[in-house]
Amino acid sequence: MNLKEVLDSEDLTFSEKIISIKQEEPRSIKRAGEIAVVKVDLAAGQDGTAPLAIKIFEEIGGERVWNPSNILLVLDHTYPSSSAEISNLHKIVRDFSRKHNVRLVEGSIIHQVILEDYAVPGMLIVGADSHTTTHGSVGAFATGIGSTELAAVMLGGKIWFKVPSTIRVYLDGYLPKGVYSKDVALHFIGQIGADGANYKSIEWRGEVTSKLSISSRAVLCNMSVETGAKNAVVEYDVVTESYLKEVGRSPMVVVKSGRKAEVEDELHIDCSRLDPQVAVPHRVDNVKSVREVEGTPIDQAFIGSCTNGRLEDLIEAAKVLRGRRVKDGVRLIVTPASRRVYSEALKLGILEVLFEAGAIITNPTCGACVGTHLGVLGEGEVAISSSNRNFVGRMGHPKSKVYLASPATVAASAIEGVITDPRKFL
Amino acid sequence: MNVIRGRVWRFGDNVDTDVIIPFKYKARTLDPKELAQHVMEGIDPEFPKKVKPGDIMVAGRNFGCGSSREQAPLAIKAAGIAAVVAESFARIFFRNAINIGLPVLEVKGVSEKTFEGDVLEIDLAQGVVKNLTRGLTFKATPIPDMLMEILRKGGLVNYLKERRLSQ
Repeated sequence: MNLKEVLDSEDLTFSEKIISIKQEEPRSIKRAGEIAVVKVDLAAGQDGTAPLAIKIFEEIGGERVWNPSNILLVLDHTYPSSSAEISNLHKIVRDFSRKHNVRLVEGSIIHQVILEDYAVPGMLIVGADSHTTTHGSVGAFATGIGSTELAAVMLGGKIWFKVPSTIRVYLDGYLPKGVYSKDVALHFIGQIGADGANYKSIEWRGEVTSKLSISSRAVLCNMSVETGAKNAVVEYDVVTESYLKEVGRSPMVVVKSGRKAEVEDELHIDCSRLDPQVAVPHRVDNVKSVREVEGTPIDQAFIGSCTNGRLEDLIEAAKVLRGRRVKDGVRLIVTPASRRVYSEALKLGILEVLFEAGAIITNPTCGACVGTHLGVLGEGEVAISSSNRNFVGRMGHPKSKVYLASPATVAASAIEGVITDPRKFL
Repeated sequence: MNVIRGRVWRFGDNVDTDVIIPFKYKARTLDPKELAQHVMEGIDPEFPKKVKPGDIMVAGRNFGCGSSREQAPLAIKAAGIAAVVAESFARIFFRNAINIGLPVLEVKGVSEKTFEGDVLEIDLAQGVVKNLTRGLTFKATPIPDMLMEILRKGGLVNYLKERRLSQ
């Protein structure tokens, strides 16, 4: 197998190429459906999954990790801890990180840390968190795994994959005012369904995709997992190039999908015809136009998470909220995705705008998205959220309800106290 | 472990990891038995009390969608469920189940013709599922050899332990 031939091939998809070249023993090209054992470039875990992985690592008799600098541990899901039990689990992660000299980040969301400090084109990333798909936004192959597998990767640095087949999604036209990559992602999930891309790879392409920032691309790749996708990717282009220059990193290898590669499906979405979208309870693929649910009363509005807690999202929310007030009786919770996002938003005065509008600004964490602290919903309460899941009980009580939307729609709804089309404030 | 016989609990499509085991429980313990006390609570709060060791879960499409939490199959296994049979599984749940040694079988058409309380007999090696109550036989999607080997060892931990010993 010749590396250059694989990379130059017009007959192979992104995933076929990257899995082929990352093989432990790269003897032959692996195509969709074939199983390959690959070497991992980065393995990451968070406080919900790492403690179990560490326990298993020790059970297998692991004495040393395969390579400390290729492992990242993050405390983000419930940070700082909200109970003694959770603190004990955090301690397991801290002790392990110290013992094995593995980097531990406390109080920033895992995917934001990876985006800020690690992800580059051509990297193979596994994370014990389903939203690891986020990092396809910079041209990496990134996918979620479980705790036992994380333990095995921490020990040996490799993992098996079945090469996924590919769906190409072309975003055509342009994004109208008040419509963001979150709306496009929700619309797509509504069309294809919660298992529409199960086990598959999604290649996001088209005119609109090419103009999106890395943060907006991260939203597409992050939400791709809500269709069951194994990974999602936006190919390396000028946007990726200038982003990498800005953060001072360079590609491991640039992998482009072959033009004549065999794919399972090609879909086109005309973005110019989209309205702001909302996923209504209790399924992410239960998607409607915001106009269809406008006027639904809310108790809580949440802007944060690995999906939409980045600087770009806080800026969009601030545009809507500047000089306005959150409705009495509604809680608007803003949780930046990382300490860096927090710091930048602070310096730009964004947090002040949000605070003056009545928002509660929390420390960076997954927070309300996972329903353990900082905004847990009570029985019968309704939230609109910029996060990624609205399953039963996700953000608190099993009888609470969650609507998913863009940060702008969440902000507009917080002002009115009912689900609101953000365009009236833009 | 090759032949499993048990009573059916029937679930629908898109059973997600938040209803299998909410984050608030999995965030605070690694003890599978404690997790099992809350398994499927999001769908049926009485389920942890009703389920008996050796029972089988039958579900529709996309079972286990959502988070990567291995605590989901772990809680199901610790509750005594011997196998999960579904029209299809979400990707990470499927991997996690195999890795912790919980047999999972993808069987097309099974969910429409199987009802709560039916008795199923599963031959893992042959990939055959029989509904003894209704006299029906279904063929499961074959499990790749490598995964079958992990299942046979009772999960990835045992699999790796044995390999380390033999090296």
